[in-house]
Amino acid sequence: MFGDYSISDLGAILAMQGFAGLILFSVYVLMALGLAIIFGQMGVINMAHGEFMILGAYVTWMTSNAVQHVAPWLFPGYFFIAMILAFIASGALGMLVEWVLIRHLYKRPLDTLLATWGLSLILQQAYRSIFGAREVGVELPEWMMGSWQATDSIQIPINGMFVMGLTILITIVVFYILFWSSWGKQVRAVVQNRVMAGAVGINTEKVDRYTFGLGCGIAGIAGSAFTMIGSTGPTAGQLYIVDTFLVVVFGGAASLFGTIASAFSISQTQSTLEFFLSGSMAKVITLLTIVAILMVRPQGLFALKVRK
Amino acid sequence: MSDETKPGLPSPLRRKLLMGMAALPAMSMLGRPAFADVPATSAVNTTGLAVTDSEVTVGILHSVTGTMAISETGSVEAEKLAIEQINAAGGVLGRKIKFIQEDGASDWPTFAEKAKKLLVNDKCAAVMGCWTSASRKAVLPVFEQYNGMLYYPTFYEGLEQSKNVIYTGQEATQQIIAGLDWVNKTKGAKSFYLLGSDYIWPRTSNKIARKHIENHLQGCKVVGEEYFPLGSTQFNSVINKIKLTKPDVIYAIIVGGSNVAFYKQLKAAGIDLSKQTLLTISVTEDEIDGIGGENIAGAYACMKYFQSLDNPNNKAFVPAFKKMWGEKTVIGDVTQAAYLGPWLWKLTVEKAQSFDIDKIAAASPGVEFKGAPEGYVRIHENHHLWSKTRVGRAKADGQYELIYETADLVEPNPFPKGYQ
Repeated sequence: MFGDYSISDLGAILAMQGFAGLILFSVYVLMALGLAIIFGQMGVINMAHGEFMILGAYVTWMTSNAVQHVAPWLFPGYFFIAMILAFIASGALGMLVEWVLIRHLYKRPLDTLLATWGLSLILQQAYRSIFGAREVGVELPEWMMGSWQATDSIQIPINGMFVMGLTILITIVVFYILFWSSWGKQVRAVVQNRVMAGAVGINTEKVDRYTFGLGCGIAGIAGSAFTMIGSTGPTAGQLYIVDTFLVVVFGGAASLFGTIASAFSISQTQSTLEFFLSGSMAKVITLLTIVAILMVRPQGLFALKVRK
Repeated sequence: MSDETKPGLPSPLRRKLLMGMAALPAMSMLGRPAFADVPATSAVNTTGLAVTDSEVTVGILHSVTGTMAISETGSVEAEKLAIEQINAAGGVLGRKIKFIQEDGASDWPTFAEKAKKLLVNDKCAAVMGCWTSASRKAVLPVFEQYNGMLYYPTFYEGLEQSKNVIYTGQEATQQIIAGLDWVNKTKGAKSFYLLGSDYIWPRTSNKIARKHIENHLQGCKVVGEEYFPLGSTQFNSVINKIKLTKPDVIYAIIVGGSNVAFYKQLKAAGIDLSKQTLLTISVTEDEIDGIGGENIAGAYACMKYFQSLDNPNNKAFVPAFKKMWGEKTVIGDVTQAAYLGPWLWKLTVEKAQSFDIDKIAAASPGVEFKGAPEGYVRIHENHHLWSKTRVGRAKADGQYELIYETADLVEPNPFPKGYQ
């Protein structure tokens, strides 16, 4: 297929394709981080993850409308406000859900799957009743659309770079919170030994609630960011849920680093294959490879050594 | 129910009818009592359908929950509007239409179950419904077994024809061939890149498109053909491939949430649709709402109806629709086709002078609807519609601007020879 093209053409495509892979990588990391915290650290199988993302997307849509009506001069920068609001909204809903539903199920992790699946259906219908069944279009400020002309033939999508930057920032913050802050130490202590953590004076209930809220809040930010590249509708969350679980499970549930490594390998495989094969075939081969690897290594790429 | 189906108007019913008429000023324009020539129920309903002296029951079967609610909402709204208008104008054979709405819930077995309920329990005289081909295929055996009548609104892949279905949308050849001819002639397009979501409609449509490009258009070729799983949200790789192959036309049949992702990423990747020709058959005004007009402005769409069509029927239809469903609603091709369903059924019943399914099926060919928002339509022997095909160009405000329309009605050809 490359016979007819010049070297510079191919070079440009290689560069753009590299970026396409990196953008996909950022998207995967961003959508999986929240789940990695909830599923990896707390063992809760949160099937409603996609719906928390879409809550963030709807918050962004509402912010965009509100800003256009109330303060049009703010429009170019509204996206940052929207992301903060999305974090707060999804985080708050997450904490509420934890209090009402999840905290009763910590001893029955498989039941969280059913409970959160039900929750996802409830949320979908709620969005449909509140915002209507049709998709909504989120308007973006002019500077976030279009592409950056690196050379004559290389164009890099601006929203892709925005997602990359955001992903790096959030990853750093999450790592800081979990591994350097004292609260993060409490989280990890509760994960490793709930009874013991309680015995040394950690308020495990509070830690659980905030951890769940943090995971959902990050999902909200991801949803907000994805309004740039995807659709916003009541069931749009379903588009992400499979890929999200795939990334987290393949990486090794309890390991944040594993999540990132797995997002990287899946996204690179996917985008390279997509270039040489068709979209559907690329997906099939990627999934088959993951299944094969998980058969050999059921614990995923990286696993914490835990004494059973 | 059995009491009411006896011939003759019992007096409470008659009073009810009169009261109903008093509430409808439109009726007074008819100048004479509408029920003066109402034929006896026993004459127009010999098969036990839900027809009384004053009412006839039809079903509406769409998804109002689940993934497909996005698309099917517009169809439900259009069908309800049509029913309301028909009732305001005196009903069908003097009988008011009453509808029973069931939710297919975006789940194909549910569609089949609800179709059976509408036909067997409710004895609906007709059903307006379904959207995806999968749901239509699921209910088809039910309609054939229990002898019901389905008015199906979506443009679809063809390769189907049933006595029990009237297809009010376009089948694939009607929608595809005129558009390709147009882009070839006016844009001088020679190379095409075919894209689609991975299921039956885009694949069959692209197959027809490829055959037409390779066999019927001089010197034209397909430089790529690709499918993406439903719900796919990442298109950067294929966009790079498009940049590499530089096709004259991107021919896109992507549906659902993927649509939004595709056009947003296309724009973000620096492909300017005012320079790069893109022709789609899957983006109506409804979809543009979600995609955002600014992301798709400049793209061409080939279908039979645009909200912006400038004709007297459409000038009345659009405000009526907005009055009923809100100023912000938009009307896409399928919504308009759904609006045709109840009207075509009414006209057919009146032509047959009967609600019986067999008589309607036989009377359908040749039925014309001059009040269609898209203009004149007529039912073909194969139960599809003769209709014009149009090309529109998307504008930033989310509307299409009409660029081209076929001079004549295009014949529906659900089993095209040489295209399979």
